[in-house]
Amino acid sequence: MDLYEYQARDLFEKHTVPVLKGAVATTPDQARDAATSMGGKVVVKAQVKVGGRGKAGGVKLAVDAADTFEKASAILGMDIKGHTVHKVMIAQAAPIVDEYYMSILLDRSNRTFLVMASVAGGMDIEEVAHKTPEKLAKVPVSAVDGIDIALAKKIIAQAQFPADIADQVAECLVKLWETFQSEDATLVEVNPLVKTEDGRIIALDGKVSLDENADFRQPGHAALVDTDSANALEEAAKAKGLNYVKLDNGQVGIIGNGAGLVMSTLDVVAYAGEKFSGMRPANFLDIGGGASAQVMADGLSIILGDPDVKSVLVNVFGGITACDAVANGIVQALELLGAKATKPIVVRLDGNNVLEGRAILSAANHPLVEQVETMDGAASRAAELAAK
Amino acid sequence: MSIFINSASKVIVQGMTGSEGTKHTRRMLASGTKVVGGVTPGKGGQVVEIDGVSLPVFNTVAEAMSATGANVSVVFVPPKFAKAAVIDAIDAVMPLVVVITEGIPVHDSAYFYSYSLKSGKTQIIGPNCPGLISPESSNVGIIPADITKKGPIGLVSKSGTLTYQMMYELRDIGFSTAVGIGGDPVIGTTHIDCLRAFQDDPDTKAIVMIGEIGGDAEERAAAFIAEYVKKPVVGYVAGFTAPEGKTMGHAGAIVSGSSGTAQAKKDALEAAGVKVGQTPSETARLMREILGR
Repeated sequence: MDLYEYQARDLFEKHTVPVLKGAVATTPDQARDAATSMGGKVVVKAQVKVGGRGKAGGVKLAVDAADTFEKASAILGMDIKGHTVHKVMIAQAAPIVDEYYMSILLDRSNRTFLVMASVAGGMDIEEVAHKTPEKLAKVPVSAVDGIDIALAKKIIAQAQFPADIADQVAECLVKLWETFQSEDATLVEVNPLVKTEDGRIIALDGKVSLDENADFRQPGHAALVDTDSANALEEAAKAKGLNYVKLDNGQVGIIGNGAGLVMSTLDVVAYAGEKFSGMRPANFLDIGGGASAQVMADGLSIILGDPDVKSVLVNVFGGITACDAVANGIVQALELLGAKATKPIVVRLDGNNVLEGRAILSAANHPLVEQVETMDGAASRAAELAAK
Repeated sequence: MSIFINSASKVIVQGMTGSEGTKHTRRMLASGTKVVGGVTPGKGGQVVEIDGVSLPVFNTVAEAMSATGANVSVVFVPPKFAKAAVIDAIDAVMPLVVVITEGIPVHDSAYFYSYSLKSGKTQIIGPNCPGLISPESSNVGIIPADITKKGPIGLVSKSGTLTYQMMYELRDIGFSTAVGIGGDPVIGTTHIDCLRAFQDDPDTKAIVMIGEIGGDAEERAAAFIAEYVKKPVVGYVAGFTAPEGKTMGHAGAIVSGSSGTAQAKKDALEAAGVKVGQTPSETARLMREILGR
């Protein structure tokens, strides 16, 4: 889960990473009040989970509370690369003399954590990494050892931070590690980390991604979930515990078991759809290994509730839950749905007890259900039905 | 022959007394696996009867190993306790630990992976994986044993159901070993580890490698194949239609920016001489062509 900047700032503050005062506002009035309580100049920053907001006009300096109202009015509701701005952060303005970069992240390739630090901050770090790799220190960090102050000092020296601020930056890195570890983050990035005129080191802008697998031990994280930007169908699916992702420009609803097989089903439908006026998959929905009647019914009702969907493809490989159990699940799901089932449903079953499973569906003889034996054939038929 | 597990493998089940653990212990026994006991802290001394087999329960992996001679552990404990369970196995110098548990925080898997490297004596498979099977010899995890048979193909895959699909498509030819390495961002055994083992296994004649979006494991595997693998390799990659920034079921299956795309992985594999199928069934056909069956 990616956080908004203001949420990242709050987490930094909680772990005593140095930050400036900041407050979130959803209306110009709230923005003005926040500026009043801070006093002086503030920066009004659009809260969107996409880069390039500064260039898009989503970050403005405001000289006083009245100006903050004006700037917030202009930014709220703005569209930045397809993201509507619903919130702004009002942040204290600070005189900056230098900008740096620092992050801690999960390095999948090397299956470890990684610290990246650079004195060339404030710009696109990928460009720094590409054009002047010598300016970016990359240091692997073991999850067992973590980052203590001695290691932090070594990393900061390697990144060639100026001596007068090196200790401050090293302390900041230790606190970022504490944030990273105790919040179960997969990314903590500060860009820019700044030096102010009075010589302080401050995390001016931050990105944090949290690991949802750790929710069971992070009770505070539930409050950080972004309900504004979730699709209504995705929200409904989540409430039922389904693993569902809505896809744009699709017409064939997909249900399958196992993440890999469902991903593969989307691809096969997209290929098959090329022959049927470009029909595409409308969603990803993994009902897991079990494929019980209730889960199947929940899944089908989400998909049939999607107005984009013209046909449905159910693609199940019967392993531990054999095909006869899956077929019974489908039949019961259709009984549960009754008149709500309105679109053609192509079913492809394969695996254990496949003949029994197919026989159960044939015997039920549901008018909307059609069976196709192969995955490629079923995808093709579902695309054809969607194109009708 | 086979890789990682064979008919001599002695398996203990961490979390055997839980419902998932019991269910799959029964299935593993039914497919001929030598399950010799279980570990549940606090339940040591109990005996569990599964289909006429009496299995002793131990408090720690070390006790289980000294009493049974187990050399493989399979972990079914819930995410909350998985880190402690795997560390227990590493401390006991268990040679192979197969972590089935789904939903383990990545800080925990990064920790136990790093811990295993320090010990240098434990190979981890998973987490969030279906386990592995050497058909007709040993089945460690949750792969359905009855969809295929012993044969000359080695299979390595991130995905469970795609593993089953491919095993089923090629069931008449059969497999030396099929390994589900898991779809999490941090896993213990990679495509490369399996490719190396299959190359070195005299009974494996050809290899199927199944990948999916996210990370760069397939690209690395492609480089490894070009350098090391002499046996024919057929590949498949899932996730061509996955949009950027959305996680597709597996915690690791996400396309971020230009990296981790299915196309990049397919290109890398083809450049290494791997024949890549567009669908699972086409991939199976490519394997049949190679083996002439």
